[in-house]
Amino acid sequence: MASLLHEIQHQSVTIGAPLPLDSGQTLPSVTIAYQSYGTLDAARSNAVLVCHALTGDQYVASEHPATGKPGWWARMVGPGKPVDTDRYFVICANVLGSCMGTSGPATPDPATGTPLGMKFPVITIADMVRAQAMLLDHLGIDRLHAVIGGSMGGMQALAWTAACPERLASAIVIASAARHSAQNIAFHEVGRQAIMADPDWQDGDYYDKFCAPAKGLAVARMAAHITYLSEAGLTEKFGRRLQARDIKSFGFDADFQVESYLRHQGLAFTDRFDANAYLYITRAMDYFDLAEPHDGQLAGAFARAKDVRFTLVSFDTDWLYPTSESRRIVQALQSVGAAASFVELSAPFGHDSFLLDVPALDRLVAGALKAED
Amino acid sequence: MTLRPDLAIIAGAVPTGTRVLDVGCGDGTLIAALRDAGVDARGLEIDPANVTAAIARGQSVVQGDANRDLADYPDDAFAYAILSQTLQTTERPDRIIDELLRIAPRAFVSFPNFAHWRVRLALLWNGRMPVTRLLPVAWYETPNIHHVTVSDFRDLVGGKGIKVEQAWYLSGDKPTSDAAASWRAEHAIFLISR
Repeated sequence: MASLLHEIQHQSVTIGAPLPLDSGQTLPSVTIAYQSYGTLDAARSNAVLVCHALTGDQYVASEHPATGKPGWWARMVGPGKPVDTDRYFVICANVLGSCMGTSGPATPDPATGTPLGMKFPVITIADMVRAQAMLLDHLGIDRLHAVIGGSMGGMQALAWTAACPERLASAIVIASAARHSAQNIAFHEVGRQAIMADPDWQDGDYYDKFCAPAKGLAVARMAAHITYLSEAGLTEKFGRRLQARDIKSFGFDADFQVESYLRHQGLAFTDRFDANAYLYITRAMDYFDLAEPHDGQLAGAFARAKDVRFTLVSFDTDWLYPTSESRRIVQALQSVGAAASFVELSAPFGHDSFLLDVPALDRLVAGALKAED
Repeated sequence: MTLRPDLAIIAGAVPTGTRVLDVGCGDGTLIAALRDAGVDARGLEIDPANVTAAIARGQSVVQGDANRDLADYPDDAFAYAILSQTLQTTERPDRIIDELLRIAPRAFVSFPNFAHWRVRLALLWNGRMPVTRLLPVAWYETPNIHHVTVSDFRDLVGGKGIKVEQAWYLSGDKPTSDAAASWRAEHAIFLISR
């Protein structure tokens, strides 16, 4: 499974400069896979960086090379769409530590030529942002019209405003948070333990072996997937309906539709994601706490971001990154006098609402991008 | 689009280049007019549909409740705070005024005058809570939980040692005099300062 995924060729650049990491380690060079859409204008001022979520990738508006499915935000990014590629030069890069062409645990060790596996250093959201900044330097883009992302993509957008506010006009943060809560970390730990308990994980050294930890990764995805939905959404979609049968089996087959749905989600995921990348990226999210370097005062993280226009959106059914986390960010922004917008949208789909059909979100994103100071 | 008369007065009185907060900004109509006049206007609004509309127009508006969320803004965050047609809907109008003058040295406050002669007559003749053009909702479903008159407001700010820098009184869409305001003003707009 893993080998098929890693045979895909992605458009990428390799930057020879060292990338210093929060852990104290340094990557001697970094490869960043990315997709771009639209045209960079003569003033190089219309670039929009789209940041993807945990299991997303750079194929934001183009067909996924492994699954053949449309881009994960095809309804948001494209000609005439809210992130209008007729107006903006849209860049989406695969994050550091991931498995779609950017440097990560599947990257070969230059010394031995075999994949690094768990020898890849532990990374953070800020490290991901540093890698993206290196890509922008490479593309000759000093300043972004906007950085936009949902969920972990929103964390990157926030990390951008803390690290290099002078390179941004606007940040759009959807269904996200400025820190990972104990509950968020707990769910991730379940996923990581499922992967590491799979005998096929082999301490992360499975790339050139016959078996990869597909079962563990599938369980991790199943647990995570529940957190992306809402109880009302699950009930509406599945209720207690049985799957392709009239009576309960009194066994452990997938009697309920919701079981069969989760099993399918888990299995399908293993075709397009790497177990070690899942470990590294969930760890990066767990370490995320924008207030930590500022004595727990979130406002400190935004002290230099007064001139960035912020737009925050939460969803009323999102219990993974609830509205209270967005409000916390808004309060910090107001306390430093930044121009902030915030709204909690009503949508039935839970955390996943940012990926699904919520027309109000489209209007918000289009408006926030066009806003002129 | 023509602005509501009280909003037009406020929009005309805010100096260019200042930063203002419109508390209870609705769909952002006043913010749009202020921006056209070169003012850095932001909003606070409780209704998510209104907030969505304002952000979609490119404005900076935060969804929140004036009764609680003004506390999130630091002292002197703005040159002016604006509270138009909202005072009478707040839980504690006196505390809201304190908050307005904490986050800005000056504030515009506008409200329908409950002592307007039509209101007085309606109550006098019919013995019923009046339903008027500016107070169009029946008593049991009105969001206006603290009806206020021009004299009440003057007393409140006077008692707090707050200065009234300027006042405008509207009868219909036309200005009316200071002296006649208590009876004749349907709508009052005050510019107050610490």
